[in-house]
Parts: sequence; structure tokens; C-alpha cells
Amino acid sequence: MSGRGGRATELADSGRKPGNGMKKTAAKKRSAGTSRSDFFILRLYIAGQTPNSMSAIANLKKICEERLQGKYRIEVVDLLVKPQLAKGDQIIAIPTLVRRLPPPVKKIIGNLSKTDSVIVGLDLQPVR
Amino acid sequence: MAQAKLKSKPTRTLLAKTPTGIQGLDELTGGGLPQGRVSLVCGKAGCGKSLLAMEFLVHGAIRYGEPGVCMNFEETEEKLTANVASLGFDLRDLTRRKKLFLDYVFIERSQITEAGEYNLDGLFVRLAHAVKAINAKRVVLDSVQALFAGVADTSILRSELQRLFRWLDDHNLTAIVTAEAGIETLTRHGLEEYIADCVIALDHRVTEQISTRRLRIVKYRGTSHGTDEFPFLIDEDGFSVVPITSLVLTHKARKDRISTGIPTLDEMMEGKGFFRGSSVLVTGTAGTGKSSLAANFTRAACARGELCLYFTFEESPSQILRNMRSVGLNLEQWVKKGLLHFNAMRPTSTGLEGHLAVIHRLISQVRPSVVVIDPVTNLISTSGSYDVKSMLVRLVDFLKVQQVTSIFTNLTFAGDPQERTAAAVSSLMDTWIVLRDSKPNGRPRRELYILKSRGMAHSREVRELIVSKSGLDLGSVLSDHTVATHVAGQ
Repeated sequence: MSGRGGRATELADSGRKPGNGMKKTAAKKRSAGTSRSDFFILRLYIAGQTPNSMSAIANLKKICEERLQGKYRIEVVDLLVKPQLAKGDQIIAIPTLVRRLPPPVKKIIGNLSKTDSVIVGLDLQPVR
Repeated sequence: MAQAKLKSKPTRTLLAKTPTGIQGLDELTGGGLPQGRVSLVCGKAGCGKSLLAMEFLVHGAIRYGEPGVCMNFEETEEKLTANVASLGFDLRDLTRRKKLFLDYVFIERSQITEAGEYNLDGLFVRLAHAVKAINAKRVVLDSVQALFAGVADTSILRSELQRLFRWLDDHNLTAIVTAEAGIETLTRHGLEEYIADCVIALDHRVTEQISTRRLRIVKYRGTSHGTDEFPFLIDEDGFSVVPITSLVLTHKARKDRISTGIPTLDEMMEGKGFFRGSSVLVTGTAGTGKSSLAANFTRAACARGELCLYFTFEESPSQILRNMRSVGLNLEQWVKKGLLHFNAMRPTSTGLEGHLAVIHRLISQVRPSVVVIDPVTNLISTSGSYDVKSMLVRLVDFLKVQQVTSIFTNLTFAGDPQERTAAAVSSLMDTWIVLRDSKPNGRPRRELYILKSRGMAHSREVRELIVSKSGLDLGSVLSDHTVATHVAGQ
């Protein structure tokens, strides 16, 4: 039932103490040259360690490493641990990937095995 | 009710029911929805699905101590709260007291890309979280339609919905799932196939510019139920279903009598008048004194200190008061004393069900011993005769249960065989008084006879009805006319 304010707190909290259902898998420091709008904050919602969730995490890491090196942060939210977080991003399908930054917010559902769809969904540039 | 309870007792463990708290619906279903199961409520937009579901939750929370979760796919919590506030439901308060959990599920398809396999665990997590948060016993999903717009892969959706319904069953939650009606199917996506226990269809029809709402129990496993359509109302008191007839005719027939207000007419009925709690039909062509007869009946009742309720569909109360003064009936004094209550409605102001609702409510409030419906003909004009009949059955039934003596006037048209015009209503009536014009030797006069009066030895004579400044009275028996020759002459 928490509104937008509640969600913001969760984010701030998760920034301070990782784990507890929210863990950061790949958080590389932003290089000095990267502008704010290039930086991707991606949140992946899962519900338990299901095969789809596991492959979604692996697929996402791979895509990010290939195309967003140093310019991304992934937050994994396990809704079995933090069910109240499902409402904020209106999560129905699992896994759901939410691109929180840069705007606009975008959602990709599925285990992210269809790389092309993920790239289109996230608006990523093709590899040079 | 007592009988029904006794009967259902042995099977209780087999099929427990959860009351909806909706007037009439629990009566129809023999106690409510199947407990711990999913029921489907389907119908077109605006037919009242959401309201039925919401009342199920609110009554559950307030009356039955069963907290409920509403997962709404169409309206935000704020909108939903505002929508039902007019019915006196304070969702915010219920939410605060942990009796209700509202969760608005919003799906914006344009934001979503599908990339690989998924399921709807998010929905399960949210529902489980809500159920756990308030220890819910009831769940509403309103309406699952929206999921079909939001999820591209309908095969995933279908299997997930089945899994969801199973999940609800497994957690012993009594649930209502609403869905939009399809063109040739009950629901647009055939959801009725997944719900085995209880399916209720709602309908909102407009015939000749007057709308009626109807409810039908399509299936209800393990329970005998009426398959008829039952009209229902949505008014300021919420949702109520009016069963066409109660399942059993249990009203007590009273043996005591009530005067007609005309001693000579009482004489024709064993000298005692109508039975109390009976229904009286007065038919006649224009100007034969139907309203006068009815008004005179109320005057006599008021004079005895009884409460009367007069429904007029033709004239305003002041018009009736003036007209009745001209025939020696001073009704105004009884209005002032609070014994005589008028209710004037235009027949076309609302559908039949609306009228029925108003009549029901006023009778419950005023608790009169005498009710006049003048004329019932105008109600007939608003609808097909089947509707009128079913409405009158319900009304007469209700009046009898309340032990109210009622007079219905019915205008017949010259040349019309009155047996036909009144066919819709006459069989429901205990007493039928016929008024008519006649002009023997060029002198017009009003005539009265009793066509039927159940349970008593009534006179079959034709008498003259004398309406003068000093009131109503009957003249001597008209030997030249008998009922037999009159009927044969039609």
C-alpha cells in the first residue's frame, strides 16, 4: 500500500545495506566521463531461485557486461523475501526487469533468453 | 428460513456456504457462495459485477468478521473508495482496521517487452502478501479481463489463471472473480470453463427506454438453485436481489377480517369484509369509482387508528385529497395525524424494479396495515406484461408476509374483456371486485359485484355503487343483472 514515497525509502535503504533480499550483483564505479543519462539502473524481480530467475540473472549479466560495461547497476529483488515491493513497480510476471534509469521506465518480462528483445526493450546501442 | 436450515444440516459439511450479505442473493443460493471456492460473476460493462464483489467483501468484513482482499485491475484504490462511498461504505476505515486490503494492479502493455519464459508469480506473491497481511478469508479479483489485455501470451495466462484459482481453493479462500461477458459465451475468454463451482451472470437490459437488471445463477454445484433470471436493484442501499417468489409459500393466512369501509359491502362478504393480509383487486372502466373505493377503505382504516400507505401513479396527493373531499371523504385529517401516507411516483420515473424497491422500502419504514396501489395499470404500461406479473407476484408475496391488506386498482377499457386485461394480476388476488358503468333506461349508474373472494361465502349479486357527497354506499340488488349473464354476455 506504500505510495511513491515508500518506494523511495526502500531504494535508499537497499543502497545502504545490501542483501536482505536485495543484492547487488555487479556495481562497478562510474567512470569519470560517463554522464548521468548514460547510466543504467536495472532492477530484476524474481520470486525464489527458480530456473527462469536464475537464467534471467545470468542472461542479464552477460548482456550488461557486453554492452554497458561500467555503466550499469543491477538490483535483484526477491519477492518471496520482500513481497511488499511488488506493488511499487506493478509486478505481475516473474521474472520482470525494470529499467529505472535512464527514463522512461521500461519493463521486460521473461527469462531474458531472447537477447534481441532485451536489447530492444532496454534501448541499448548495438555493440561497436 | 428455519425449514431451509434444517434441511441443509446433514449436508453442511459437504458444502459449506459463505454469506454474501447481499439481500436476496443468499436466499437464492441457500446461504451464499461456496465456501473456500472460486465463484465467477460475469456480465457486460456496467452491469454491477464490481459492486456485487465489493459488497461481498464489505459485508464479510463488517458483518461476518471475515477480512477480504480486493485485487482490482481496473480502478485505483482512491477511485474505488470514492465509488462505493455513496453506499455508505468506508473502505479507508476498513483498510485502516485491517479488515480490507485493496491492491490496484495496473498493467501498461506498451511499457512491456516480452523476452523469454515467464509466469505470473508476481501476482501470486502480491495476493499471498495481502491475504497474509490481514488474515483474509475472502478474495475478489476484479476483473481478470484486464490481464488478457496486459499479457500477450494467452496460453501462459490461461494456465496461470487456472493455477491461481487452484491456489485460492488450496488456501480455503472464498473468492469472486469477475469477468466481462463475451458475445456468445458467458465470458469473453471462456473463463467459465475453469470455474466449476459457482457461476453467476448479471445482465442490464433496456426495454422501451426502461432499464432492468437481472441476475441468473448459471451453475452452482451441489446446490439446487433457481435457474430463472431474478431482477436486482442497485440503489442507495446497494445491491439487492428480489426473488420472484420466495421458495416456499409460508405466510400465515389470517382469519380475522377488516372492514371495506362500506357496511353494505361488508355485508356481501359475510358481513365482515376482507380477510386481513389479503390482496384485493378492484377493476373498472374510467370513472367507476375505483379510487373512491380504495380511498374509502383507507379512511375507515385510519378512523380505527391504523396506518395506511397510498401509492399513487396517476394523480398527485393533493389532487386525490381534493377529489375525495367531493365525495365526502375527508382524508386530510388523517394525513395531518400521520396515519395516512401518500407516495406519488410517475410510472416512467424508474423501471419496475425501482418502483418495487421504493414500495418495499416505504412499507418497511412505515409498517402500514393497509396499502393502496392506485392504479396498478400504470405500472403495467411501463413494461411487458411478464415483467409486471413477476413484479406483482413479488409485491403481493411481500405484502402477505408483512400481513398487510392491500388494494390494487386496475383500469379496464370499455369493450375490453376485463378477464384478459386483469389476467396478469387476478390470479394473485384473493378478492376481485368489479366496477362498471351501465345505462339502463338512459340513466347512467355504477354497478359493483364481487367476482371472487377466496375463503369466504361472498354474495354474487350485482349492486349499485352510490357515490355521493356523503360518501360511498351500495344500493339494492339489481335483479335484472346477474353475474352469470354479464360474463356470458362478454
